[in-house]
Amino acid sequence: MFNALMNWFDQRLPILSFLRKHLSCYFVPKNLNFLYVFGIFALVMCFSQLITGIWLAMSYTPTTSEAFESIQYIMRDVNFGWLIRHMHTTGASFLFAILYVHIFKAMLYGSYQKPRELVWLFGWLLFALFSAEAFTGYLLPWGQMSYWGAQVITSLFEVIPFVGDSIAQWVRGDYTVSEITLKRFFALHVIGFPVLIGLLLFLHISSLHHVGSNNPKGVDIALKLDGKGKPLDAIPFHPYYTVKDLFYVLLMLGLFAAVVLYVPDFWGYFIESDNALPANILSTPDHIAPLWYFAPFYSILRAVTYPLFGIEARFWGAMLMYLSIFLLALLPWLDRSPVKSLRYKGKVSKFMFGLFVISFVSLGVCGVMAMNATALFIAQVSSLIYFSYFLLMPWFTKFEQCQNVPDRV
Amino acid sequence: MSRHLKQSSRRRFLVGATGVMGAAGVVGVATPFVCSLAPNEKAKQVRAPIKVDVSKIEVGAMVTVAWNGLPIWILKRDKQSLLSLKKHEALLADPDSIDSIQPKNTKNTFRSVRSDIAVYIGLCTHLGCTPKYRPELSPIDLGENWHGGFFCPCHGSKFDLAGRVYKNVPAPTNLEIPPYRFIDNDLLEIGYREESEGV
Repeated sequence: MFNALMNWFDQRLPILSFLRKHLSCYFVPKNLNFLYVFGIFALVMCFSQLITGIWLAMSYTPTTSEAFESIQYIMRDVNFGWLIRHMHTTGASFLFAILYVHIFKAMLYGSYQKPRELVWLFGWLLFALFSAEAFTGYLLPWGQMSYWGAQVITSLFEVIPFVGDSIAQWVRGDYTVSEITLKRFFALHVIGFPVLIGLLLFLHISSLHHVGSNNPKGVDIALKLDGKGKPLDAIPFHPYYTVKDLFYVLLMLGLFAAVVLYVPDFWGYFIESDNALPANILSTPDHIAPLWYFAPFYSILRAVTYPLFGIEARFWGAMLMYLSIFLLALLPWLDRSPVKSLRYKGKVSKFMFGLFVISFVSLGVCGVMAMNATALFIAQVSSLIYFSYFLLMPWFTKFEQCQNVPDRV
Repeated sequence: MSRHLKQSSRRRFLVGATGVMGAAGVVGVATPFVCSLAPNEKAKQVRAPIKVDVSKIEVGAMVTVAWNGLPIWILKRDKQSLLSLKKHEALLADPDSIDSIQPKNTKNTFRSVRSDIAVYIGLCTHLGCTPKYRPELSPIDLGENWHGGFFCPCHGSKFDLAGRVYKNVPAPTNLEIPPYRFIDNDLLEIGYREESEGV
């Protein structure tokens, strides 16, 4: 009876065939390690953000007079509003932490290389969209940090010569950040960007399933097939990886629950204390800093302090910040190494990647610190390393001596 | 597809024309959506000017008022600080306010209509934070060369008491000055515009 029903469905809409193709008959390298669960983590957090976001939108009011009040209402009066809001704020930080590890894995094992360039590009677009989503969401509580953060970041458009002011006003819909800005950020945050993120997630995963997963050794498993055309070094995604992923997802959710319930503000790093004050257009907080996940890029922006070619310093700072994100998209074409995984790349690649990770972390640390001479110097040196990593990559990956990649995983 | 298109130039023309018309349609439909995001007429309307009585401001003190959604600073400077404005001009990026935005009648050393009363838009010309008013001379955190002025905590830009920006800081120009005039001895009108003169 059940089988007959399923067959009836499958003839009209191939659900069963679809599940078979993407789960029990989707072959994945058998040597995937812990770092490979972060993609699933990101999906789980996206789902959590979607659900908590819908619930928050039911009680939130996007007007300058009531936005801050409505957050207080959610925190104090709405049943479990405090929990749902803290899941949403902690979820944003978790999602970015997960994305950074996910990106780190792709860079470590060369997962962006041929034939996975599109997987990487869709992922890069997703990162940009998540950043936009986080930025628009951060204005909504209409606290001091919300307001002044949005004021500073929308002012970044003003640095473009000649048309900058018009563009900044077009983005804000007003001469300063105002209720018009708040309402459009709300619309983009709850409808615009989530729809685009959903579309990009579909493209990211579709393109991944078309070419298959890379692995820590960077061995192409499609080259060694058994008699039936199945890769020798692969196992079906279901049940092997579904069970493994589920186990780690439960661990991650345990950690998530601990943060949500015990330290939802994460000592000022997930929710900044200045945001407990309503926005005041007459006074900027003493120490204005972005949330931790934007800190590395904010550091690059701040690191440029002198004008060049007759154009002011802030223009170059903003350009370098955009460039630092854009260079990531070019990675598949900057890396000219014959091997994928860092395990078999040469010493220079290993050294440069190590330096790159250190520079990125120190940029992040400088970005959340108040501006002083030491932080500025460290940020400048780190920015230099960050850019050298990408700009020198075509040479050091081409000329260095790589190790032999084994045939089998 | 292309095989069929080659069959007749008429079909090719029709496909091309449809494409062009389609593109024009897309531009046409996109226009209201793009323009809808720009500041609307209500936001553009210059809000009514505000009046401030400056007689109650003590010498050396600064008051902040809101006009047009912007923080406006009104500062009463003492003789001493006015005299010292000339002395540190070598440290400034734009001492003559050539690249800066201000009404014509404030393009002078004091950057004001009346020398003691200074009026600025209190937003850093770098990225729009509100700088802090630091009138004291040579405090520990700002160093020997501090002659009193405004310090932006966001990215470290420095301005003197005439709102003039120091060299080698992120802010490119002096603090902006809003249009203003004295309608009475001590009564300041901020947001007054040339066009309304004589009405």
